[in-house]
Amino acid sequence: MRLAHEDERTQSMCPRDRRGRSVKMYLQFLWRCFRLSFVGDWRYYAWMFVLSVFVLLGINAYCKQLVYGLATTGMTDQVSWGFYIANFTFLVGMAAAAVMLVIPVYIFRNRELHDLVIFGELFAVAAIIMAMLFVTVDLGRPERFHHLLLRFNFPTSMLTWDVLVLNGYLLLNLHVCGYLIYCAYRRREPSKLFYIPFVFVAIFWAISIHTVTAFLYSGLGGRPFWNSAVVAPRFLASAFAAGPAFLILTLSVLARFTSYPVAPKAFLTLRTVVTVSLAINMFLLGSEAFTEFYTDSTHGASAHYLFLGLDGHAALVPWIWSAIALNSMALLVLFMPVSRRPAVLQVACVMLIVGIWIEKGMGMIVPAFVPTPLGEIVEYLPTLNESLVTLGIWAGGLLLYTILVRVTVPVLSGRLTYDRSFSSAIEERAPVTQESLVAAAPRTSVS
Amino acid sequence: MSDLLIHDGPSAQPPSHERGVHEPELTRRSFLRTGAAAVGGMAALAAALSPLRDLATEDIPNLDQFFQKHYKEMSPAEMQQALDRISRKVEERYQVRPHLRDIKRMEGVEFVYALNLSRCIGCRKCVHACVAENNQSRSPEIQYIRVIEMPRGTLDVERGNHHYDHPTVPDADHFYLPVQCHQCANPPCVKVCPVEATWQEADGVTVVDYDWCIGCRYCEAACPYWARRFNFAQPNLPKDQLNPDMSYLSNRPREKGVMEKCHFCLHRTREGRMPACVEICPTGARKFGNVLDPESEVSQILKTKRVFVLKEEVGTLPRFFYYFDERYPNSLDPEAIEIANRLREEEGEAYGSLPGANGPNAAFIAQATPARWDEARA
Repeated sequence: MRLAHEDERTQSMCPRDRRGRSVKMYLQFLWRCFRLSFVGDWRYYAWMFVLSVFVLLGINAYCKQLVYGLATTGMTDQVSWGFYIANFTFLVGMAAAAVMLVIPVYIFRNRELHDLVIFGELFAVAAIIMAMLFVTVDLGRPERFHHLLLRFNFPTSMLTWDVLVLNGYLLLNLHVCGYLIYCAYRRREPSKLFYIPFVFVAIFWAISIHTVTAFLYSGLGGRPFWNSAVVAPRFLASAFAAGPAFLILTLSVLARFTSYPVAPKAFLTLRTVVTVSLAINMFLLGSEAFTEFYTDSTHGASAHYLFLGLDGHAALVPWIWSAIALNSMALLVLFMPVSRRPAVLQVACVMLIVGIWIEKGMGMIVPAFVPTPLGEIVEYLPTLNESLVTLGIWAGGLLLYTILVRVTVPVLSGRLTYDRSFSSAIEERAPVTQESLVAAAPRTSVS
Repeated sequence: MSDLLIHDGPSAQPPSHERGVHEPELTRRSFLRTGAAAVGGMAALAAALSPLRDLATEDIPNLDQFFQKHYKEMSPAEMQQALDRISRKVEERYQVRPHLRDIKRMEGVEFVYALNLSRCIGCRKCVHACVAENNQSRSPEIQYIRVIEMPRGTLDVERGNHHYDHPTVPDADHFYLPVQCHQCANPPCVKVCPVEATWQEADGVTVVDYDWCIGCRYCEAACPYWARRFNFAQPNLPKDQLNPDMSYLSNRPREKGVMEKCHFCLHRTREGRMPACVEICPTGARKFGNVLDPESEVSQILKTKRVFVLKEEVGTLPRFFYYFDERYPNSLDPEAIEIANRLREEEGEAYGSLPGANGPNAAFIAQATPARWDEARA
């Protein structure tokens, strides 16, 4: 309660003192967030413990990779990108998908999603950080990262575009989320000038990150499997299915384990987004497959390898057909009214996330390398070490996202503010209602 | 941190008026618990980081190396410093003092390669000469040249065989298509490199600054000729097989985690000698020279032979041309067959299937175990 009369006191101070106090209060906010991330019930501790174990296993595996080189992965000169780049691609899409919450709220003024949009933006932050980690672990010489700053091959190399758009998107989302959350903490009305323009820039930016990532591949004339104009639209469609599906799962967890109000209609809006995007994605995949198989030129060797196997090599065939089966089943379920039921919807979401992860990862990155440009067939499977690094990054990202959500919920519900003691933030006795939210949380946009 | 771990969720929360009474005891207990958790966490982190103890000292860049500039930005003095540093390192590792220098291009020269498919007998001697000349890693194996055994009637490489292993070559029903870096005039690998670690020199050779490459392998994905190689492990080369005649942009020993590729043996060719693959070729199938000199052999070939390039449709404009000899439309040049027969008598059956020409890296990685990694590092 020490801070109860903060405002009156700051009013009477000279500007420099006030700035000093603001910095102090911001540091206090960060410190409280840090403390809060260690507080939870046993399920929270169990979840965080498991994630931490995987993070440590991942760090351990990455240290081995640093010592012995990328020979610890399944990659070869023939298949020179694998699991890491596959997960990178998938996660850039997941990050871009936050826009599928932002557009309904800020353009179509959807009210159900209004108080939830920030969880999408927070996930974008976590997903971008994971994506960047995946690129970093894929580097043979990570300690030379500063060479990017010294000789940046822009605009010729698409990879430099990717560096720019990913970092830009991370900053945009950090700014919007950080600003809104801190305003709620200070019980201030957020100034529209400070975030609405950034939200609109972020809408276009989100589309750009996944488009640039698609151009990274589709711009390579030497890889016919990637050299297709439909790659970018496919990436966007699959991202806009998998991303919102993940948010449905997140919001289900929020609704189940916290008192944060999640309107049932929010799930239905997201369900529509997921269904339409998944249908478009399946259509685009079909278009791609038709072009490759009906033409039946040597251009289609990689597609043959992926869907049917080539010269007795068929490592990816079970993967891609599982992906297609999962996506088709998810689409079928989503088309049926029964998927309005939360449990059914959640199962469909899990199926399509896994399906798209396979389709976009193992199904998009690896086959472009088989056969090689010289017609040699070498198959790729991730090694244990590589899988542990991958799991470690995923665990680290989920750990970060869990902390972000765990801290954000009490702030937005008005339980953790500058003028309340820390212990009141962790009391959940007074359930949050829509009304108390309106009173406490920033009225972010719609008005 | 005092109340970090005491509140096990909503139900465990004592009513606020009672808290004051119990606080000191809880604080001490929670302090111990927090301390134990922190110590445990740090211990687990230390254990996770423990493989770093095996990091070779040469893998950790010293300050000179860390701040070494890009090739194009180094002053002559800085280049000399870098050359001295690299020479010392090579000497430490191989106990051989290398003749290392930075050889600049010659004026008025643009290198071009021509390969007579009517004379290639598929003996892979070029592969081995290249490996010996350019200090490629022997384990895991890295080679710049891939010879493909092709059925007659096609130039579709997907129908070729990379792993042919006959007792003798040439096989009568096939012809042989050696592929290496085509030194494209419009190189996709250069275009995609995010840090400009690879570029095309004015004499047409695409080179790599091994001290600048970050190892993202985007160039490897971009190359339509599968001409670039990556050091997935520490390159391994027996001391007595090191070629001490080396230059900065060509065959000096590489490090783990960087790209490398054919550079037309520029430490030889920029001093007026032929590339190792041209010099070794027993049938004279390989021709090399300055296309800006109208009298050179390659200029004559481009003028008089019906040359073609691989994958013309990808628009890379290769400087590597193939041709068949019109005199022998349906078979190998009889002289080449004669040479092949003589080689067979002189060298036995050994030359047809030279070890290591069969997708080496895949085999190395298939057997990748920690012991194997150590071996590669040793």
